[in-house]
Amino acid sequence: MTDIVRTEQPPAAVMPPAKRPARFGWLWNTRLLGVLFIGALLILWEIAAAYAIFPPMSFPRISSILSIWWQLVVSGELLGELLSSLWRMFAGYFIGVALGVGLGLLMGYVRFFYNLLEPITEVLRPIPSPAYLPIMILFLGIDDEMKIFMIAFATVFPVLLNTYSGVRSVDPIQLQTARTFGVSGRKLLTQIVLPASSPYIFTGMRVSLAVALIVMVISEMVAASNGIGYFILSAQRGFKIRDMFAGVLTLAMLGYILNRLFLLIENRVLAWHYGYTQQRS
Amino acid sequence: MSQSGRAVLRVSGLHKSFAAAGGTTVALNGVDLEIEAGSFVSIIGPSGCGKSTLLQIMAGLATPTSGEVYYEQSRVQDPPPDVVYVFQQYTRSLFPWKTVERNVAFGLENKGTMSRAEIASRTRELIGLVKLTGFERHYPWQLSGGMQQRVAIARALACRPAVLLMDEPFSAVDALTRAGLQELLRALWRELNLTVIFVTHDVDEGVYLSNRVVALSRAPATIAIDVLIELPEPRDQIATRALPAYLKHRAHLLAQLFADEGLKSVEVA
Repeated sequence: MTDIVRTEQPPAAVMPPAKRPARFGWLWNTRLLGVLFIGALLILWEIAAAYAIFPPMSFPRISSILSIWWQLVVSGELLGELLSSLWRMFAGYFIGVALGVGLGLLMGYVRFFYNLLEPITEVLRPIPSPAYLPIMILFLGIDDEMKIFMIAFATVFPVLLNTYSGVRSVDPIQLQTARTFGVSGRKLLTQIVLPASSPYIFTGMRVSLAVALIVMVISEMVAASNGIGYFILSAQRGFKIRDMFAGVLTLAMLGYILNRLFLLIENRVLAWHYGYTQQRS
Repeated sequence: MSQSGRAVLRVSGLHKSFAAAGGTTVALNGVDLEIEAGSFVSIIGPSGCGKSTLLQIMAGLATPTSGEVYYEQSRVQDPPPDVVYVFQQYTRSLFPWKTVERNVAFGLENKGTMSRAEIASRTRELIGLVKLTGFERHYPWQLSGGMQQRVAIARALACRPAVLLMDEPFSAVDALTRAGLQELLRALWRELNLTVIFVTHDVDEGVYLSNRVVALSRAPATIAIDVLIELPEPRDQIATRALPAYLKHRAHLLAQLFADEGLKSVEVA
């Protein structure tokens, strides 16, 4: 047993240096490799579909999916669904972020609010959001309010917990420094605590953005008459399988673009933080 | 020098004890001190003797177990507006999300008594005074340690404080940078008519900078030595440090520190 392990995994020092600088060696060190890998998988899909390895009814060619996707884009249908979805998502997201930051600051800064709200946070947080969807339908119906509430509710917790940790980790010397300049109370919160914990807040916001996307799709699949989640599910039910795949493809793109945009904003707002931590390490 | 003989800060009967494992630790055990306006007083003592605690209490950042601190006529409970504290850890005390300019303007902006133009011109003046012109838009973490501490000093002085409390401000920089900062501080002290209370564990630094040195005994600390340092002005890093009077003060204070530590050899870190 030990022999096998040894022959299969020589210690790092014994490993021969990587030789043979191939013609495409540079490719191995770039992200382009991963992009090409996606391309290869799509080609594999195309071939698999062409040879009908899976039932062609539920596994259309990727080229036909892309052409349907393009038709849906040009006709404006997809955009319409996307806009209703995005409106719900961002309405819920921003409400959730505002609540999460506000409550997190309060809990981190005022002991009373921590004692008051920490237990209920711990009780509500572990509930997977689809589980309270039926309850929300009972109380809020199936309109936008319900979905926005769902999204906001699910978005609150990552932001709240990260904001709280951020506030707790503010350097006491920064707080004391502010105090020697006569800064206290609310001003201390906005001048020192909020910017100092902003790296944590952004982490929570990024997690919540992904959560908001998930909850938006789920709530639309369960109860909606438009939106991208509704579009995907109703396409599947109407045997418009290529439309269904086109919808999923759209979600992949949306998720990617949103994350990219977020990183762009984060890199601007937190430029000081990256410089600061790099300098200290 | 502009000593007036008027006490600007008064400390009387100061005791401070901390709750520690298995009882309480007494840090300060009856400290009385009067700081004259315009003086430059160094507080020295062995590590952990409570000199930083004393300074924090004087700044209104910590509360004594018993005893009082008066700034001018009023009792200190919160940081008094004319007293500013400069921390040893400049990397943690400067706000990393603010540029040099914004850091220096911090105290002014929060006073709310000055117009934007006044703040801008005061900020520019102070940045010039600590010789950081050209670095206004840099972030503190883009500067060297000595420059960062100069930003902290400029920020403290921007509010035109009467008293500057400094807790081992130069202990984290190299010797040459430290000499430069010492000269800068002495120049600012003279020009701006400040009162400086300077905590250090470095006897040489204390004697060189000050016109009075207070040595604390080890914890529970009381005042062991309180001596006026009369050395010719302006002081010079090389000439002053070679004067017999300088060496006499140095030997006297070192002997006290070593006796306290039960040491024969130099181990004052």
